[in-house]
Amino acid sequence: MNPELGDLEELYQEVILDHSRRPRNFGELADAAVRVHGDNPACGDEIHLGVKFDGDGGLQEIKFTGHGCAISQASASLMTMKLKGKSRAEVEEMLSAFHDLVTMETNNDAPKNLGDLQVMRGVRKFPQRVKCAMLPWRAVEQALRQTEGEVTVSTEEPEFA
Amino acid sequence: MHKAAISRVDWSALREDFPILRERVNGHPLIYFDNAASSQKPRAVLDVVRSYYEHENANVHRGLHALSMRATEHYEKSRQRVADFIGAASADEIVFTRGTTESINLVAQAWGGKFLRAGDVILLTEMEHHSNLVPWQLLSERIGAQLRFVPVRDDGTLALEKLSSLLTPDVKMFAFTHVSNSLGTINPVADLCQKARAVGAVTLVDAAQSIGHMPLNVQELGCDFLAFSGHKMCAPTGIGVLYGRSDILNVTPPWHGGGEMIVSVTLEKSSFKKPPHRFEAGTPNIAGAIGLAAAIDYIEGIGRAEIFQHDVDLAAYVLKRMAELPGLRVLGPERDRGGVISFVMDAAHPHDLTTFADQYGLALRGGHHCNQPLMRRFGVPGTSRASFYFYNTREEVDRMIDILEKAARFFK
Repeated sequence: MNPELGDLEELYQEVILDHSRRPRNFGELADAAVRVHGDNPACGDEIHLGVKFDGDGGLQEIKFTGHGCAISQASASLMTMKLKGKSRAEVEEMLSAFHDLVTMETNNDAPKNLGDLQVMRGVRKFPQRVKCAMLPWRAVEQALRQTEGEVTVSTEEPEFA
Repeated sequence: MHKAAISRVDWSALREDFPILRERVNGHPLIYFDNAASSQKPRAVLDVVRSYYEHENANVHRGLHALSMRATEHYEKSRQRVADFIGAASADEIVFTRGTTESINLVAQAWGGKFLRAGDVILLTEMEHHSNLVPWQLLSERIGAQLRFVPVRDDGTLALEKLSSLLTPDVKMFAFTHVSNSLGTINPVADLCQKARAVGAVTLVDAAQSIGHMPLNVQELGCDFLAFSGHKMCAPTGIGVLYGRSDILNVTPPWHGGGEMIVSVTLEKSSFKKPPHRFEAGTPNIAGAIGLAAAIDYIEGIGRAEIFQHDVDLAAYVLKRMAELPGLRVLGPERDRGGVISFVMDAAHPHDLTTFADQYGLALRGGHHCNQPLMRRFGVPGTSRASFYFYNTREEVDRMIDILEKAARFFK
């Protein structure tokens, strides 16, 4: 490894580059209950998230499309893998833990529940890229909010006609 | 002719005038290729600003004491310096503003607010910076005017063959950029102004990218208004200029109200000064104006024709070197372009590339460059941009090419 690439290598770990080149769960979710269009107008990154909830409000299915930098696309790919099948409470917990992971310089002990997502920790050395990493998570946060108040309806019926 | 001129300038010695060019970034010597966003400042400008604060600082046009008179004299001399620099007929045609953006807003709100009516057409181009688009959107929403756009061709030039059908007698304002901040295209300003005049349209030229980079004379261009910023031409931030021809500035009502711009004030009503002071409400950026004059002295000491030739030569060299890189596409015209080069790499998104380059001390810009409609026009979310000034060198370009090659391997 080229020593001068230290921070870069940590930011762009091979797993991240792999996910950005071949994103998982990439595509339209035909029977999505909620669709969230997340964009980063300052950067041009776009994430379109489709989410389907189970009977308890957990994330049964989650897929995305979009385009943008390696960080935003890899973050979306890793996130969808991680969140599929998780309960609402687990998603909220991971959202908070992930935010800490990419923003808190001092916290070197990342929450264990993040698992694979810990490869994103290099972002913390590049504050201007935090919003790229957080974009898909902001979309999921919005998807959870969309269902509040009418959860059962929106999980059962497609939002689009 | 330029060849001989070039040999007179010791370009590498000029680098010594810019303290910041000795900075190291992430362990590497700084390569500053973000000059279209803001230029660096020579010591001569920094010294003048410091000296102003140490020896002359006071408010202008108000005090009868020595410092106020010194400050006023220096401020007004700077106005004359700007007038001479751009070939204005009089210093009264020079309004100091915060920058290009404020200058254009002044014209849109004060001139446009008085002289444009519902149904009038404001003609712009697809390559305008947001600063020459949004102010016109705000105005047209307010008064019911229409916006119309000269399209941009695939090669990044204006589709001038469409101009005759667009520049109709209902066009009251034609506002366009001199040099595109993302494509580097140099537009034929004098020709556009002449055609606008033929249909009775008033012209505004956004000279933000041209003012410090090439010879420019407002009377030769034949424009009615011209806007630029100091900070892209070696001057401090927060100072800019609106040039307006006397006859048109004289009939333009005030924009901001306050001190400095009034003749007399009663509780009910005020009367206003003549231009340019009518448009300079409140305490102006005195140090900025003085710094701008110093920047003009510095630039004229080098020569604008020489600086332009340096830009053109360096851009040609960059294009030649970039052509060696597979998977790299340059936007914009092949000829008649300034020292602004936007490009996209198959291997890396502009943000990833900018982050990567920064780790090697190379300052690029990645994103939409305040040109969102233009990015959509070219079907890209953004580009990477390298933009040059006279202190940039071929050796720096070679280092950039090395870094781009590294990035292509890294992200492949």
